[in-house]
Amino acid sequence: MEDTNIDDSGDKIREKEIAPALIAVHPTHQSVAVAVGSDLRVFNIQEGCAVTLVDENDVAERKPSTNLHKDSIRAIRYGANGKLFVSAGDDKLVKIWATDSWHCISTVESEKRVSAVALSSDGSFVCYADKFGVVYVVDTEGFSGKQTSNNKKGTPILSHYCSIITSLEFSPDGRFIISADRDFKIRVTVFPKNPLDGAHEIQSFCLGHTEFVSCLAFVCSQDYPQGLLVSGSGDSTVRMWDFISGSLLDTCVVGNEAGFLESDGKEDECLPAVTDLCATNDGSLVAVALQSFPGIILLSCNICARSLSVLQVISISEEAFIPTSLGSASIEQFLWMVMGVSSLRSSDSISLARVRVLSGFCKSSIATVEYKASILDDKDIPGGESILQKLQGTLSIQKQVFSSAAEAVKTAMRNLLIKKQYSADKREYRKRGRNDRKNKHR
Amino acid sequence: MMEREFDVNPTRSKSTGLPRKRFYRARAHSNPLSDSHFPVPIAPSQVDYPSHYPEIFSPLDRVDGLRKIEFADIGCGFGGLLISLATLFPETLMIGMELRDKVTEYVKERILALRTGNPGQYQNISVVRTNSMKYIPNYFEKGQLKKMFFLFPDPHFKEKNHRRRVISPHLLDEYAYALAVGGIIYTITDVEELGEWMKSCLESHPMFEALTVQELEDDPVVKLLSTATEEGQKVARNGGQTYQAVYRRISGPIH
Repeated sequence: MEDTNIDDSGDKIREKEIAPALIAVHPTHQSVAVAVGSDLRVFNIQEGCAVTLVDENDVAERKPSTNLHKDSIRAIRYGANGKLFVSAGDDKLVKIWATDSWHCISTVESEKRVSAVALSSDGSFVCYADKFGVVYVVDTEGFSGKQTSNNKKGTPILSHYCSIITSLEFSPDGRFIISADRDFKIRVTVFPKNPLDGAHEIQSFCLGHTEFVSCLAFVCSQDYPQGLLVSGSGDSTVRMWDFISGSLLDTCVVGNEAGFLESDGKEDECLPAVTDLCATNDGSLVAVALQSFPGIILLSCNICARSLSVLQVISISEEAFIPTSLGSASIEQFLWMVMGVSSLRSSDSISLARVRVLSGFCKSSIATVEYKASILDDKDIPGGESILQKLQGTLSIQKQVFSSAAEAVKTAMRNLLIKKQYSADKREYRKRGRNDRKNKHR
Repeated sequence: MMEREFDVNPTRSKSTGLPRKRFYRARAHSNPLSDSHFPVPIAPSQVDYPSHYPEIFSPLDRVDGLRKIEFADIGCGFGGLLISLATLFPETLMIGMELRDKVTEYVKERILALRTGNPGQYQNISVVRTNSMKYIPNYFEKGQLKKMFFLFPDPHFKEKNHRRRVISPHLLDEYAYALAVGGIIYTITDVEELGEWMKSCLESHPMFEALTVQELEDDPVVKLLSTATEEGQKVARNGGQTYQAVYRRISGPIH
């Protein structure tokens, strides 16, 4: 099953891990942020101009302000009220930004690389998860416009035993924090009044995925404000959960949908993983990004009937645009998508970021007989070409780059989240090469 | 018939038919952090009860609504405690969880031999090879367990390895999830440092309270902690001291 030079490839991956590009949209559509590798790019849509990020701490050290993070960014997110923005990643730094001035108001040092971040609904706590499964909380109270406490440390509140946490999310009412990991688990924990004492009370586990869980989203409506949880996974499904009880309500095998479309017989080995989810504000629609599928799948979500079904498959065929991350603002009907990688080959630093926008991402469009959602041309997207210049770094992207980028992202995700299976012989061979044993023989 | 079978199988004792421990030697330690490659049920509803308790469940039984496992011996080792508990609580289903493959095999054989030698008995105990630090929620629903046992766990002395300890502040959250309110967690060790660690973890956790001296005396299980297990007997043989911490799951702080 595995090729023979597995050890070599494993070493190379350790040298330079490839990170997918990420996108985040301000809740009232004021700005859009894209992270590619260590580069964080923000564009102010309202004023139609690029944003310059200022980290006073960095200026003091006379470091170039372009690279505020020193390694790949793995998570970016706006707070629900839009006042704060958080970025974090492989450089073990969690940077908290004030979105009015785009000053970095705090840098939290993590012990391990950070894989996910979330902000509590009132914005008073920032949570981040590391690659060893521990979730930390930082109290944002006392943060003013200026950088107050640089050496603030996170307090551990809960832990998935030594498993990479892939996604962190607060429930809409803020009562629970939900964490998903690569061991197929989703944990729902009561977020206490004083989280600095730890989050000990587990409400439920949502178990049913048969591969790593890659992303989480909430769907909620006016009739059902507490909402339901949806999750995407390496098992190519999107599942809907009653997160209070942990019971599985519906499963939608989106991998089949894309498989039909491709129909070139290449998907026989395993179904493509779900890479990201994005729900509309009213909870009626969920956009799904699928590994190796150029386009986006829209699921119709019926909260009353507690069901998910494929509504529309929108393929983007003129360029092989396979989104790596999705975002939308709660008030506008745009779905923002980015496809990109930190570097195309492990050796060089050529990155890719391509941003596309889907319009008509809302429920009222469904009510009409014909549901119209369409991918906007570059000149029609909010912010026009200047936003693309900022977020992509360039306006023209060679078409052949897309396929190698898609391949790189797929491999990186597999290496990160799927446990390697070794034959008995190979396992023995690897044991022989163990460092601790080598020392003993010396 | 039976005796001839034992003759051809040297791993079993000729007189009792029980498996002999020396054929199931295993390392004393196993790394709980390493990625494991044994099957794990996706959810508690998919735990294969008929294969664990064949006399109690027929293969066609749906597990929902029927009896569920109520005692879990985490790191059951060679299974001494399970076997003592099996006859003390004949109506309770219990399972031992052990990470070391060979040791699990031994316990499996031991239970099978006991079932054969004592018809109608030992049907309520079973063993599974798993990493309980990772997969407790895959086996037990919320509040399913009445008792959890952590007897003579690996001490992991180095501070760097403290996160490998089976009792830790964060893992206690998961044990509190699996235990019913009023359920009891039993820990014992012959390592003073670990004994203090386990006690302080339990003491500072908001969802556990210590049993009173009277309650400890009245609980028949407490006496078994140091006498029933192979490790406990070894400590007693060598005249060693043991440190136990027994706590009750209480309802969490009100939000």
